[in-house]
Amino acid sequence: MYCDRCGEPGTHPECTAARELEPPRYCPDCRRRMKVQVVPTGWTATCVEHGDRHG
Amino acid sequence: MPEILDHARTRVLDDGAGLDEAGILEVLRLPDEDLPELLQLAHDVRMKWCGPEVEVEGIVSLKTGGCPEDCHFCSQSGLFASPVRAVWLDIPSLVEAAKQTAATGATEFCIVAAVRGPDKRLMDQMRAGVRAIREAVDIQVAASLGMLTKEQVDELAEMGVHRYNHNLETCRSYFPNVVTTHSWEERWSTLTMVRESGMEVCCGGILGMGETLEQRAEFAAQLAELDPHEVPLNFLTPRPGTPFGDRPVVEGRDALRAIAAFRLAMPRTILRYAGGREITLGDLGTRDGLLGGINAMIVGNYLTTLGRPATADLELLKDLKMPVKSLSATF
Repeated sequence: MYCDRCGEPGTHPECTAARELEPPRYCPDCRRRMKVQVVPTGWTATCVEHGDRHG
Repeated sequence: MPEILDHARTRVLDDGAGLDEAGILEVLRLPDEDLPELLQLAHDVRMKWCGPEVEVEGIVSLKTGGCPEDCHFCSQSGLFASPVRAVWLDIPSLVEAAKQTAATGATEFCIVAAVRGPDKRLMDQMRAGVRAIREAVDIQVAASLGMLTKEQVDELAEMGVHRYNHNLETCRSYFPNVVTTHSWEERWSTLTMVRESGMEVCCGGILGMGETLEQRAEFAAQLAELDPHEVPLNFLTPRPGTPFGDRPVVEGRDALRAIAAFRLAMPRTILRYAGGREITLGDLGTRDGLLGGINAMIVGNYLTTLGRPATADLELLKDLKMPVKSLSATF
């Protein structure tokens, strides 16, 4: 598993805290950078291999 | 009472004239013990010259990332090792975002694109998007598409875009430390054309990019000279991979001093909370700013980062007995 904020292996307290105000940028399964669309009430992050995530 | 606040009470509160650059700097230098009095004065000025209403806005990115410019604060520049990838929003999703924004009670919906200036593809997308929103949602449409030609200004006005955002970002003297791929004067030129077109001018910037207090005062004075309809005030949120990614965030009391100072520089403008308040001010500070000169806010998420839920901000406005500005009041 990879950190969905910085793409490095594992989880990181700084990234976990920052993620409260950020959508994910990296796929936690494969580390690919995702295409992320933020709208006023949510976000969608798309990995070409692992599909969409929503928040 | 500090002399500068006495002066501001007469000049700004009573007469409705803004402080000059020297006065703004004095305000920015006030010690912490004078902060409550400063905020109260800025609030009184806002209430007298703008009223109790708060203008609520939602923003959305039509074209994210891949920007050719090097704005050092921005995660959407294609020149930095930012994790933000380029992506376009389709028209149905744009209309849905406008609907969600209107459902919060917001009267403003700003469509933003990360570009130097719009090309034909973006202008075509804007035309289709604005038309679709106007057919489906009762909300005012604003736009922020970078630097414009005169023809593009006229085209946006003709589409029905009622307000155009183009931030100067910082004062003229500090701008070359923030952006090197275009000039402050080029931005000013777009703003001048927007004003001449009849569209409302929205122009603000970001505090905490390394500017001095003198430069912060210079920026407020330059904005006052521009006299925009709206000033969005951002506080730097350092983004990973950008040249400003390691900058410290603005200290909360400095942010509140800046809010009050900008209000005293521009007593009649719409002074909007934009990005960064969640980190710089937190919940309590957000409340203090609304009682210290702010009279507008972006609710919900930003372009690439997340905000507080709109419901939390709307509850706060209810607690403060500040009505959300209605659509009819905007015409």
